[in-house]
Amino acid sequence: MQVNDNKEFQPLIVAFCCNWCSYAGADLSGTNRLNYPTNVKIIRVPCSCRVNPMFILRAFQRGADGVILCGCHPGDCHYTSGNYFTRRRMTLLFSMLDFLGIERDRTRVEWVSAAEGAKFAATMNEFTEAVKKLGPNRRLEDLRCRKQ
Amino acid sequence: MQEAMISKAKQLLADGTVTRVIGWKKGEFAYDITPAIFESSEEIDRDFVYDDFTSTNVSKYLVKESKKEGKILAFLKPCDTYSLNQLTKEHRVDRDNIYVVGIPSDGKLDIEKIKAKGITGITGVERDGETLKISTVYGDETMSVADVMSNKCISCKSKKHVTYDELIGEDGEVITSDRFDMVEKLENMTSEERYNFWRGELSKCIRCNACRNVCPACTCENCVFNNPDSGVENKAAADSFEENMFHIIRAFHVAGRCTDCGECSRVCPQNIPLHLLNRKFIKDINSLYGEYQAGADTTTKAPLNDYTTEDCEASIVHERGVE
Amino acid sequence: MQKIGVFVCHCGTNIAATVDVKAVAEALSHEAGVVISQEYQYMCSEAGQNLVKDAIKEHGLTGVVICSCSPRMHENTFRKAAAAAGLNPYLVEIANIREQCSWIHKDIATATEKAIILGKAAIAKVHLNTPLVAGESPVAKRALVIGGGIAGIQTALDIAEAGFEVDIVEKEATIGGKMAQIDKTFPTLDCAACILTPKMVEASQNEKITIHSYSEVSAVKGFIGNFTATIKKKRRFVDETKCTGCGACTEVCPMQKVPNAFNLGLNNRGAVYIPFAQAVPKVATIDANYCLKLRKGDVNEKVCGKCAAACTVGAINYHQQDEYIEQKYGAIVVATGFNPIKLDKYDEFAYNQCPDVVTSLELERLMNAAGPNGGTLLRPSDKTHPHKIVFVQCVGSRCDDSKGKPYCSKICCMYTAKHAMLIREKYPDTEVYVFYIDVRTPGKNFDEFYRRAVEQYNVHYIKGMVGKVTPKADGTIDVQASDLLSNEQLHIDADMVVLATAIEPDKTARPLATMLTTQMDTNDFFTEAHAKLRPVESATAGIFLSGACQGPKDIPETVAQASAAASKAIGLLVKDSITCNPCVAHSNELMCNGCSACEKVCPYGAITYQDKEFRTPYRTTVMRRVASVNPAVCQGCGACTVACPSGAMDLNGFSNSQIMAEVDAICK
Repeated sequence: MQVNDNKEFQPLIVAFCCNWCSYAGADLSGTNRLNYPTNVKIIRVPCSCRVNPMFILRAFQRGADGVILCGCHPGDCHYTSGNYFTRRRMTLLFSMLDFLGIERDRTRVEWVSAAEGAKFAATMNEFTEAVKKLGPNRRLEDLRCRKQ
Repeated sequence: MQEAMISKAKQLLADGTVTRVIGWKKGEFAYDITPAIFESSEEIDRDFVYDDFTSTNVSKYLVKESKKEGKILAFLKPCDTYSLNQLTKEHRVDRDNIYVVGIPSDGKLDIEKIKAKGITGITGVERDGETLKISTVYGDETMSVADVMSNKCISCKSKKHVTYDELIGEDGEVITSDRFDMVEKLENMTSEERYNFWRGELSKCIRCNACRNVCPACTCENCVFNNPDSGVENKAAADSFEENMFHIIRAFHVAGRCTDCGECSRVCPQNIPLHLLNRKFIKDINSLYGEYQAGADTTTKAPLNDYTTEDCEASIVHERGVE
Repeated sequence: MQKIGVFVCHCGTNIAATVDVKAVAEALSHEAGVVISQEYQYMCSEAGQNLVKDAIKEHGLTGVVICSCSPRMHENTFRKAAAAAGLNPYLVEIANIREQCSWIHKDIATATEKAIILGKAAIAKVHLNTPLVAGESPVAKRALVIGGGIAGIQTALDIAEAGFEVDIVEKEATIGGKMAQIDKTFPTLDCAACILTPKMVEASQNEKITIHSYSEVSAVKGFIGNFTATIKKKRRFVDETKCTGCGACTEVCPMQKVPNAFNLGLNNRGAVYIPFAQAVPKVATIDANYCLKLRKGDVNEKVCGKCAAACTVGAINYHQQDEYIEQKYGAIVVATGFNPIKLDKYDEFAYNQCPDVVTSLELERLMNAAGPNGGTLLRPSDKTHPHKIVFVQCVGSRCDDSKGKPYCSKICCMYTAKHAMLIREKYPDTEVYVFYIDVRTPGKNFDEFYRRAVEQYNVHYIKGMVGKVTPKADGTIDVQASDLLSNEQLHIDADMVVLATAIEPDKTARPLATMLTTQMDTNDFFTEAHAKLRPVESATAGIFLSGACQGPKDIPETVAQASAAASKAIGLLVKDSITCNPCVAHSNELMCNGCSACEKVCPYGAITYQDKEFRTPYRTTVMRRVASVNPAVCQGCGACTVACPSGAMDLNGFSNSQIMAEVDAICK
């Protein structure tokens, strides 16, 4: 998170991408030179179902302003069923975060195939904007982790 | 009831059906009752008790006890049988090594609620319908049972035993309760209000781990918070987020497995309404994936270990929310 | 003490134009454990790779981070380079600063800043990387084909041709499946038996092929390359090794009132039977439900016994028992095929009330020279020639109600055109009506075939639905239908009605899928590993799909898929061992609860449980149920790692602590 008087707020976005679809989709948006903000930092996982809620909470705790999870479209999972588990887990987790009063626009699941470079870029642009509007993540951040 | 249970226990010990009995044991005061294992009829005669303060869910003790030599007799209230079923489903107990005697429960009392009414020196209580007679060293008091009923019993979900080898008394039915009312009330608040509510509640947490230790779904050999490879090992409640993390993860880990026995909130020394987190998950699961009661049977897949191709997208959280 | 080497690639100007590579290398050189941090123009070039190799040797590196293009591009390149220099290839991590940084950002300052963060994340991860070794697992050189229809036969022949042993397990008394019951095939109208039976004979004569007819697979254990299947050979009360198939027993059998299943119950056979003249194996089978001796219960009683007396080779054995065979297989091909659905719910078509309302498969038998009427098309009710026949399409197919199936059964349009054409050809005085929703004819020479039916043979195709079929007292059948094009209600007085019945997977498919831990869709068709790119493999390694068990198919498609499945199986069987992906899950037994959550979410059935003895702190031991992952079966998705509450289940290469370290590095 960078807060600078002269500049607008720049959120830190962590994106978990599955290796087979979304990470490839992100690569494709690179190959096609489709811009999205530098705020987005991608972590590669084999499947969206590898993403443990602890990773998401940890990201928030350490100062991420938004977390997005990308996987293969339902039915297209490389491992046939991983993203279906992801969908249930994340629906319940996000609902819980919302219940705890954490802005629901800081979390998102998006299905991006390896062919959807444009969708990947558009999603990241849109998500970054949405998080930017919310401002810095104060509700979840562990204050000890804040940069001096 | 207590007499019937004692004679049943003694009979089963005598005829060799079981070698041990798990139940509840008198404490120093009338109300400080603890779960205990009895190995002889003498011990049972001396200490065994079943009354208005025997709230503790003893099924968790069976994780260790059922693996020991010899069959154990467990007296289980309806809510406890759900926990036992769930533990059976997860292969945490050896059901064949447990002899379950189902016992009815018409709700247990919360000693803290009684004390909060300024009553001290309690020597005993007696229920007469809706009225509670309390004997104290300073004389007798009466009050309404409903006023001092344990919270978990107020929102009781079932009087039915879902597993037993034998029953004492009649079996009850699954009942509808208002257990989701508070969850709904919170859902209808603004996000800011909810945040403030939980900030207030969760910052009281002292990470004593009582909720984890009593929870019959939290039976891991080693908790993830003690797992050096998990990345979240041994975090004390040192700052604003740690207890958030602990309680969210704990609730997530028992989601779809929590039978809503209410023990977490009952034992919390800080009176944090932890059961609301679990109930939120139960409510969401019921509404999104179909009614599911953990522990109602021993075969169905837990909702988080299952899916359908038609499940709703995670964006439903955004669509239905109140801001 | 970690010694990490960092190498930042310019990729010509692809990276260097937007990312200040020197600044990145400099910034990363200060990270803990980094002993060398360099940049170079093309890391993937030979010179670039040598840079890595030399550094590994010179500095004794324990980890390598390459900041370059996507790992999907060159991860393998750098892993190989590391391995060549003696470093475990899984100690290499890639920071993707091209596709996910330089190519999408324009501002040099922020892009450089991001590249540094991505590099730090990779360094944080590589700190926790562990050397991984790909395991090997031997391959049993034998294939099991479940189902002996044309799909199973073709697959078995192809695998045997490549030199491997194959066992066909067929639940019926003969192989041949549905194709054996079919009269003619579209679009060429050649006789099905003429092309199928030589293949059946070929299969029976092939030394590499063993046919277990009248048998079922009762259990399957193991994994790719190493399956163990138990085959139950049901007792047929005839010694297969002795029976010559002469048929003497079938002639003397006094119980001749058994519905002939091969002719779909359109005529009767004896209690001891050979399904049809060209059956393979051509061996008699006694139907114990009807046999006068066997249905009594006590075979020692002196009743009947005529077949045994008639048999000159002593093959009849009333005391025969089920036999179980256990065999090891490297690959399994599922070819369980299809069946027409039951029409009990379709009262409107009067199928159960009127014998002259038949399914298309029944019509095949009625028209077949070996069928109940010797090939003359006669009404089942009064054995007269039908002069007006109505065909109803999509009976139970493309239904959105619970009665039928939501999918298109695919073969009906073509076989109906075939039936219509054959009838018009043989009996020009018979009028033929076809009621259809659409006519679907994709396939080589298919549309031409359909047009011939309409144009050359004057088959009346009417777009519309049949609402009700009512048998009348005079023996004709009233067909009430709507013509959607002219918007008229029609009544046709038909002599016969033929229902193009939807097809569904065989009932044995679902229990088999459970046994094989393969996946099925909601219609019980087996799910392929990838709908487009891996259409003949199941998601479970070593299990292949052949024919209609995967979805409705006609014969050419079935045979094509059968050969494709065979070639995939052969590709597996030629290997002496398979290399396993080392990035698989593993369970920490000290943490494991044995709760089965991981097993429930594993799509591959890679997780099994065993009771193990553990020491307690009190010098006693306790038996605990713990999970173990079969690394040959696990594909490394990680679903189990999240299902596991205690974190006992972790994934090599993407461990909890590695991903946490990346998160921490990015969020610092």
